[in-house]
Amino acid sequence: MKKYLTLENGDQFVGTAVGDLTKEIKGELVFTTSMVGYQETLTDPSYTNQIITFTYPLIGNYGISLHANQSPTVAASAVVMQELASTVFHYQSVMTLDEFLKKSNVPGIAGVDTRQLTKIIRKHGTMKASLTNQPLDTSSFNKTQSVDMIVKSATFSHPEDEKPDHVVLVDFGVKANIVEFLKNFGANVTVVTPEATFESIEALNPDGILLSNGPGDPEEFTDFLPVIRQLQEHYPLFGICLGHQLLALANGARTYKMVFGHRGINHPVKNLLTDEVIITSQNHGYAVDIDSVSETPLEVTAVEINDHTCEGLRYPGKPVFSVQYHPEAAPGPHEATRLFSKFMGLMNTNGGVQHA
Amino acid sequence: MPKRTDLNKIVIIGSGPIVIGQAAEFDYAGSQACLSLKEEGYDTVLINSNPATIMTDDEIADKVYLEPLTIDSVTAILKKEKPDAILPTLGGQTGLNLAVELAKKGILADLGIELLGTNLHTINQAEDREAFKDLMNDLSQPIPPSKTVYDLQTGLDFAHEIGYPVIIRPAYTLGGTGGGFAHNDDEMKTVLNRGLTMSPETECLVEKSIAGYKEIEFEVMRDHKGSSIIVAGMENFDPVGVHTGDSIVFTPTQTLNDKEYQRLRDASLTIVNALKIEGGCNVQLAQDPYSEHYYVIEVNPRVSRSSALASKATGYPIAKIAAKIAVGLNLDEIINPITQTTYAMFEPALDYVVAKIPRFAFDKFYHADRKLGTQMKATGEVMAIGSNIEESLLKAVQSLELDSQMQASLLPDDAKDKSLAELLETIKTPTDIRLFEIFAAIGKGATIKQLHESTKIDMFFLAKLMNIIDMQKELTTTMLTAETVLKAQKLGFDDDMIKAVTDVTDSALAKLHAMADQHLVYKMVDTCAAEFESFTPYFYSTVGTENESQPLGNSVIVLGAGPIRIGQGVEFDYTTVHSVKALQSAGYNAIIINNNPETVSTDFSISDKLYFEPLTIDSVMNIVNLEKPIGVIVQFGGQTAINLTQQLTDRGVKILGTNMAGIEQTENRHEFEDLLIDQGIAHPAGDTATDIPGAHEIATKLGYPVLVRPSFVLGGKGMAIVHDQDELNDYLVPALKHSHGEPILIDKYIKGTECEVDILSDGNQVFIPGIMEHLEGAGVHSGDSIAMYPPQTLTDVQKAEIVQIATKIGESVHCIGMMNIQFIVADQVYVIEVNPRASRTVPFMSKITHMHLAQLATQLIIGKSFDEIDLQPGMYPEPDSVYVKAPVFSFAKLPGAPTALSPEMKSTGEDLGHGKTLSEALHKALFDSYDFDSDKTGPILVTPYDAKNIDLMTALDAGGYPHQVYQLDQEWPDNLAFVLATEDESDLAKQLTTRALSHEVTLFTAADTVAALVKQTSAKQAG
Repeated sequence: MKKYLTLENGDQFVGTAVGDLTKEIKGELVFTTSMVGYQETLTDPSYTNQIITFTYPLIGNYGISLHANQSPTVAASAVVMQELASTVFHYQSVMTLDEFLKKSNVPGIAGVDTRQLTKIIRKHGTMKASLTNQPLDTSSFNKTQSVDMIVKSATFSHPEDEKPDHVVLVDFGVKANIVEFLKNFGANVTVVTPEATFESIEALNPDGILLSNGPGDPEEFTDFLPVIRQLQEHYPLFGICLGHQLLALANGARTYKMVFGHRGINHPVKNLLTDEVIITSQNHGYAVDIDSVSETPLEVTAVEINDHTCEGLRYPGKPVFSVQYHPEAAPGPHEATRLFSKFMGLMNTNGGVQHA
Repeated sequence: MPKRTDLNKIVIIGSGPIVIGQAAEFDYAGSQACLSLKEEGYDTVLINSNPATIMTDDEIADKVYLEPLTIDSVTAILKKEKPDAILPTLGGQTGLNLAVELAKKGILADLGIELLGTNLHTINQAEDREAFKDLMNDLSQPIPPSKTVYDLQTGLDFAHEIGYPVIIRPAYTLGGTGGGFAHNDDEMKTVLNRGLTMSPETECLVEKSIAGYKEIEFEVMRDHKGSSIIVAGMENFDPVGVHTGDSIVFTPTQTLNDKEYQRLRDASLTIVNALKIEGGCNVQLAQDPYSEHYYVIEVNPRVSRSSALASKATGYPIAKIAAKIAVGLNLDEIINPITQTTYAMFEPALDYVVAKIPRFAFDKFYHADRKLGTQMKATGEVMAIGSNIEESLLKAVQSLELDSQMQASLLPDDAKDKSLAELLETIKTPTDIRLFEIFAAIGKGATIKQLHESTKIDMFFLAKLMNIIDMQKELTTTMLTAETVLKAQKLGFDDDMIKAVTDVTDSALAKLHAMADQHLVYKMVDTCAAEFESFTPYFYSTVGTENESQPLGNSVIVLGAGPIRIGQGVEFDYTTVHSVKALQSAGYNAIIINNNPETVSTDFSISDKLYFEPLTIDSVMNIVNLEKPIGVIVQFGGQTAINLTQQLTDRGVKILGTNMAGIEQTENRHEFEDLLIDQGIAHPAGDTATDIPGAHEIATKLGYPVLVRPSFVLGGKGMAIVHDQDELNDYLVPALKHSHGEPILIDKYIKGTECEVDILSDGNQVFIPGIMEHLEGAGVHSGDSIAMYPPQTLTDVQKAEIVQIATKIGESVHCIGMMNIQFIVADQVYVIEVNPRASRTVPFMSKITHMHLAQLATQLIIGKSFDEIDLQPGMYPEPDSVYVKAPVFSFAKLPGAPTALSPEMKSTGEDLGHGKTLSEALHKALFDSYDFDSDKTGPILVTPYDAKNIDLMTALDAGGYPHQVYQLDQEWPDNLAFVLATEDESDLAKQLTTRALSHEVTLFTAADTVAALVKQTSAKQAG
C-alpha cells in the first residue's frame, strides 16, 4: 500500500505504508541523524506531534525491547524512513518496530529517499507535512493550519521508599531515563505537572527541582515562569532541554526557533568553564538566544562548537544550572551523565543552605 | 591547545614493504600525515624503504629517505637530520616497533628527540599482554581469561578454573598451526598435547573461547585535552574467531541496540582515556549475542587498517587529524575538511551502509590452507557503499574480481554438486569463499537457523543473504517487470547479476530500468548525513529519487586497480594518483573510479571527483553516461582497467592512450606473434592449445622445457615451466578447467638473463627511462626477481638492441602513454611479453630518475608531444650508482602456499636499496625484503635437492656460508645465516621452509638469488 508525504513547500514523496496503514496525520517534519536508538527516539515525548525522518536508512534492525521506552508509547506522530526491518532476531526483542507502530496507531512511510528529504528540511527549515493515503493536492495544503504543539503530559509520581534526597520533577514531557537516573543516583522522585504552583511544590518538601524536557515552543509555558523564579531562590534546580529554555525565559533571556534544530547523538558541546568538549545527545528545535543571556543574571556555561548555540546555563551564586542537551542519553552517549551526580551533590552541599 | 611552536622538524616512519597485514593503508595514512604536518608548517622527513608508495614522493615530505627500516639505518638518518620529534603511529606495526626500539635503546633520548602521538608507556600498556591485562583489570574491563602453559596439567587446571570451551594457541607455529578448540577434558588432552608438541618452545596459550560472539570495532580519536570521539563503529559479519582483516565488515554497527552500543562505546572511551592516547586508536570488542556481557579483545594504539576503512567509510580523515593532534591541536580546533564549516570534534553520522570484503590470494595459491582464523591471510580488500546491507554487500562482491561467473551467479563452482548437508558442514569452516557457499546452501533450501548453527553468523545478516537469494529466485521464476527489476536493483543486483539468472536482453533491461519510478543515482559521502552542507567530491551509487552528482564537464575518468592482490599491488594506486595529478595540472577535471579503501587514490581530496564503485562495465558505464567525460584512461589501473577496455570501446567510449587495437596487438597471442615477426623481433617459439593432445603435440615440437600459461593473466597466474610430458599433464588438467575455454599458451623456455623496460611514447617517438636487469634468471616471475638498475651484466650492444626493439614495438603498436616490455637476453635478445599499461616498476624507476613517469605518460595520453613535455627519445642516461628492487614475501602468513620462486608471482611487496656498488645496494635492499643482513655470515641449511648444486654449494662454503643438508625432523640449529629451499614439493622441503618461517630465519627459494649474494659477499671480502 502506498503512502504520500506532502511537505508544506509542495514537495511530495511516495513510499510504502508501514505501521498504522490507514491513519493520516499532519505534523512538524524533522530529521534525526542518530544511527542507533530508534525506540528511545520514537518514545521521547519531546517528539510529540512531530514526524520523524531517520537519516540512517535501516530502521528496526534489533526490534523493540522492554525497558527502552522513554514514555509508555510512541510519542512521535509518524515516521519516515528508507527501510524498515521486517524480521528481527535480537534476543531482547519482543516485537518488530512495525508491530510496535501498529500497536501505537502510528503511521509511517518507508522507501523514501530520506537524504533528499533531509536536504529539503536543511534548506527550508523544519516545516509542516502531511502523511496521507492518497496524493494530496498541494495547492490545498493549508499552510496556516496550526498543529497543537502543547501537550499536557500525564503526571505520575514516585512515592518511594526511604531515600536521602527528594527531587520534584516538573514534567513537560519527561523521558523515562531522566527519572531512572535520578533514582539510580539515590533520589526519590515526585513528578508534577506544569500546572503546579510554588506552594504545592514546596509542600512536597523537595531537596531539588528538575525541569524536564518536552515538546513544543518554550514561550507557550509563560504561566510557569514565575514558579521557576521562586523555585530557583529556594532549591537546587536542574533544567534539561525545554527545562533549560524555560530557566532562560524565566530569567529574562529569549528563545528562538532554529532552522532545523539539533536532533542526533553526535553533537559536540564545549564546557566554557573547563574547556572540555563532549559528544552529546540532542533533540531540540528551539534554542536560547545566547546574546540575550548577558542581560540576565544567568551565565552561559556551554556552547555547541559548530553553531555556537547555547547549550548550558548557570545562575552564579545559586545551585541552579541547565543544559540544552540530554545527559540522560537514551539514545546516545553517556559522557554527560555525571551532571546527575553534580545535581545530587548540589542538593547535599548547598541545598540545605538554600532553603534554610 | 594551539599547535606546538617548539617543534620544527618531524620524522615520520613508514611501514616498509607491503606484506599481508600491513598494506597500502599505511601509504594512505603516512601521505595524509605528512601533508597534514606540512600544512601546519612543519619540516617533515620521511623514512620508508618501499618505493611503490605515494608517501615516498618528493612532494609529500620535505625530505624522503628510501632507506631500510632498521635501527642502524634509521639512527644514522636521525643523527644527520636532528629532528625535534618522531611520529611513529602512522607506519603500522613496523613504524611503532622501530620507534619503541629507538626509545628503549636510548637513541631518542641521546638525540633529544620526542616521541609524538602516543608515548612509550602507552604503547607498552597496549601491546604487552601482561601490562594490558593489568590495565584492563584496573579499569574493570573484562578480557577473556588466558594463561601461558608449558604442560598438560597446568592447562587442564586452568580450563577447569575458567570453564570450557577454551582455545589453545601454540606459540611460534605458523598461523597458529596445531591449535584448536576444546570443549571438555578429552578434547583438551588431545589438542593441548598436539599444540605443545608442535610449538618449538613447548608453549601454548590457553584462553577462554569467545568464538561466536559478535565482533565489534571502534575507531577512536582522542586529543591532548582528553576530548574523544568515535569515528566509526564497525560490526563484523563473521563472528569472533576470524581475524578482522579477513572478516566481512559492515559499518555502522547493525545489530546492537542503543544500550549495547553505548556500553561498548563507553568501554572504548574508558580504555583510550586511561591509555592517554593522542591520535587514533582502534579498540576491538566481543559482544555476547545472548546477554549483556562483553569482552575487550585488543587495542591498537595507532592508525590501522581499520582506520583507513573507517576514514573511507565515513569521510572522516583519521590519519590527517591524528597528525594534527600529535602536534598539539585539539579536536575542537581542527576544521572538519568535509563540511569546511564544522569541527573535527564530532561523531560522523552515516546515511548509508558500508560493506568491506577482504580479497585473498587463494585464486593463485589454491593449495594453501584457505581456512581463516586469527592470523590474517587477506592481501587486500574492497569496500562498497549502499543504502542497505544487501546492496552494499553485492556491490562489494562485484568489486572483488574473482571468478566472474561466481560473482554474477553467487554460486561457487565446487558448491554446485554438494548436497545441503554437505554445504552446511562446509560452511562450519570459515574460508575465503564461505559467503558464496552460504548462498549456495540457501539456494538448496537451508533455513536461517541451520545456517546460524553452522556458522554462528548473526541471523540478521543471514536473513539479508536469504533476501538476496529470494530475489534471485523471483527474477528467475516471475515475468520481469520494471518493479521486479527495481526491487533487484535496490538489493544491489547489477545488470550482470540479473542477466546471469534470466535471459533478458540488454535493451529490454534498459527499458525496464527506464520505466521504474526510482533510478540509480549518486549520493555524496559527507560525514553528517546531510545535516550540514558539504563540498566533498565523494560519491556512491544507490537507488533513489535525487541524484547529487553534477557532471563536472571537461573531465577525464581514470580507472583504478581495485583490491590489492599478488600481482596487482599498491604500484597501480601510485600510477593512478599520478595520472590524476597530471590531468589536473593540464586543466582537466580528473575523476577516479575505484573500490579499494586502503589506498591514496580513494582519498577524496586527491581527485576532482571520486566514485567509490565496483570496476565493472555496468558501474563504469553508468558513470560515463552521467559525466560524459572526454575519455577514459585505462593504463594505470593494472589489468583490472585493461580488461574493461574492449567493452568500453564496444560501447563507444573513447579510450585515451593506446587504443584497443594496440592493446590487442600485445595481448592477443597471434596478433602479438605477427607483430614481432613483422618487425623482425626474436621471440621464443610457441603456440596455443585448447586441449591435452594439442598441448602435447606443441610441447614435443618445441622441445622441453616449455613455459605454459593461460592467456590474459595477471602476475603470472597459473604459469609454470614443465620439463616433461608428465609434468605437462599435471599442469593441464587443472589449468584447462580454470581457463573457461581460453587457450593455454605454450612457449619454448629459454634460459638467459631477464630484463625489462617501461616505455613512454606519443605514438611516434619512444622514451626509455632505463633497463632493469633481473638477478634471477628467466623462470622466476619478474615481480619476484631482484631487479638491478642500471643493468650489471649487459653489454652496450645488448642494451642498444633492447632500446631499438622497445622503440620498434612502441611505434608499431602506436603506444600512447606507457608500456612494459620484458626480454630474455641469451644468444640474442628475445621479447617475451608486452604489457600495454603502466607496470610494477614505474614507481621504482620514477623514484630513481626523479621523473614522474606516470604523469609524463598521462601528458602524452592527453595529446602532448615529446617536445611539449621536454622528453628526448631514446634511453635516459644511466647513473653511476646502483639501485636494487627486492621482492618481499608473506609466506609466514600463508601456510601451505608454495614458496619456491617460479613463473607464478608470489611476492606481496618490494623495497629499494641504493648504493655506490651493487653489493651495497643489495645489502640495503635485503634488510627489509628477505630480512637478511649480508654482512653476517654463518651456517646454512639446504634441501637435498639444492645440495646437488655442487658449484653453488662450493661457493657458499667458501663464501662464509657452510652448508648443511637438512634431515627430516632434525634438531634446529642456532645462528643460521639462512635457509635455501628451491623446491617446495617434498615433505622435507615443506618441513624445512615451515620451520625456517616459524623461527624467523631468512628463507631464500631461488638458487640465483643466493649465487648472486655469495658472489657479492666474496667480492666485498676480496675488495
